[in-house]
Amino acid sequence: MSDAPVLRMESVRKTFGDSVVLRDVDLDVAPHTVTALIGASGSGKSTLLRCANLLEDVDDGAIWLDGEEITDPRVDQDAVRRRIGVVFQAYNLFPHMTVLENVTLAPRRVHGVPRAEAEEHAGELLERLGLGGRAGEYPDRLSGGQQQRVAIVRALAVRPRLLLLDEITAALDPELVGEVLDVVRDLKGDGMTMVLATHEMGFAREVADQVCFLDAGVVLERGTAEQVFADPQQERTQRFLRRIVKAGRL
Amino acid sequence: MTVTEQESGPEGSDDEGDMPGAGGALYTPSPRRLERERHRRARARRATAIAALSTLVTGVVLYFVVVSAPGWPRTKETFFNGQYAREALPKVLEGLWLNVRLLLVCGVAVLVLGMLIAVARTLRGPVFFPLRALAAAYTDFFRGLPLIINLMIVVLGVPALRLQGVTVDPVWLGGTALTLTYSAYVAEVFRAGIESVHPSQRAAARSLGLSNRQALRYVVLPQAVRRQVPPLLNDLVSLQKDTGLVSIGGAIDAVRAADIIVGRSLNYTPYIVAGLVFVALTIPMTRFTDWVTARMDRRRAQGGTT
Repeated sequence: MSDAPVLRMESVRKTFGDSVVLRDVDLDVAPHTVTALIGASGSGKSTLLRCANLLEDVDDGAIWLDGEEITDPRVDQDAVRRRIGVVFQAYNLFPHMTVLENVTLAPRRVHGVPRAEAEEHAGELLERLGLGGRAGEYPDRLSGGQQQRVAIVRALAVRPRLLLLDEITAALDPELVGEVLDVVRDLKGDGMTMVLATHEMGFAREVADQVCFLDAGVVLERGTAEQVFADPQQERTQRFLRRIVKAGRL
Repeated sequence: MTVTEQESGPEGSDDEGDMPGAGGALYTPSPRRLERERHRRARARRATAIAALSTLVTGVVLYFVVVSAPGWPRTKETFFNGQYAREALPKVLEGLWLNVRLLLVCGVAVLVLGMLIAVARTLRGPVFFPLRALAAAYTDFFRGLPLIINLMIVVLGVPALRLQGVTVDPVWLGGTALTLTYSAYVAEVFRAGIESVHPSQRAAARSLGLSNRQALRYVVLPQAVRRQVPPLLNDLVSLQKDTGLVSIGGAIDAVRAADIIVGRSLNYTPYIVAGLVFVALTIPMTRFTDWVTARMDRRRAQGGTT
């Protein structure tokens, strides 16, 4: 059962008032794989990730994490979130805490790791992501790329089973995108299971084992990166990719 | 050579103009720059001169308006009598010590109670409905109730109940009334602070596995409190002068000390003395508030708004 999916979604539906954001989403994420969610803005990529982390309750359907149904209302949501790391588009670092405090907050307060141990682990991670000398800084003293790398370290510090990356380069200046994507490549090398919503098509093509094209609240097309990018079957996927190519993003 | 503040760029980039010739490239200010600076200096001098003149004129006009008023000699005698002022000052200062102590004790009590009420109002879940409703009712009631009426009810009403073991000391009762009213204000300040923290901060905390309570404790409240320091200090300044109202219960604070002399002499100078003493006490606090606010604005301007 080693190939049992880490994350599994079945017929997930999510609406906000009258607008149906996720109509009927199925998704399987195998261990140690990278899944890229692509699609136009508003196609439901971010909502899908927020549902997977229980930041939003689904209206219908079910989600499993390592075979446990996490959409069961009896489940301890905090315990589920502890197993999933999230990195947000806008970093969402805590501005009143130093880099080190940002990173060690959850290990210390949620997992009860002693301070010295938490700081040592944080130090190693920061070092690895090229943030060695930044532990004592406040987030507003860092560049966007550095802030986003701190956010990744913060998510990794609790040793998550699954990492969700929500358009993590969308708020960055173009010259800072590379340093963040390098980190994701490294994590893939380590075998981290990841789901990423992205507009970086070139990157998705390079790094993803599975690509899902979301359109109007459903996964309209899915397959390997080669299948989806080189030989899309659906007319809407073709149109989306043509627009991206025209805009010079692929 | 002077480089005015407007000239150094908002980015705070290295400005060789500060030290001509210090860097590698030799920089000599152009005649255009020198001319501009001369003009700015001249304008600044003119502005200072105008301010000084208009202050002087305003002062003189006010002086003559007051002094030439028909009742001035009498007013001067009853409100600005040097002899009574000298007599009142030590007693007023003695009384002021009570006001200061009241401020310290009530200030702490208000911050604690205000925070509890604010947090109670943000609790979610049906279990907490009574607590939420109570907190909302409390703030509505005590923000609406005039402080002076609150004081009279507590200071005069509570002793009339003749409860066993409940103090009749007007200082304690007055302090209680002040705390009740000010907690309602401060609770609203805290609540506004809590609501001003962007939901994404809470989302980030929850995504790390922090419980709702931990997210509030470690992420939301520290940011909320920091942001609300200026309005909180403002409320404390206000509390500081309202401690004078405990005199209605007979506690001998600065106002009451003045009152006693006024009652004896029928001269109002002690009131002026007490008033000025309060102002003198408030000014440092107000300046401190301004300083803190300015410092925080500066920090925010540097780009700490993630």
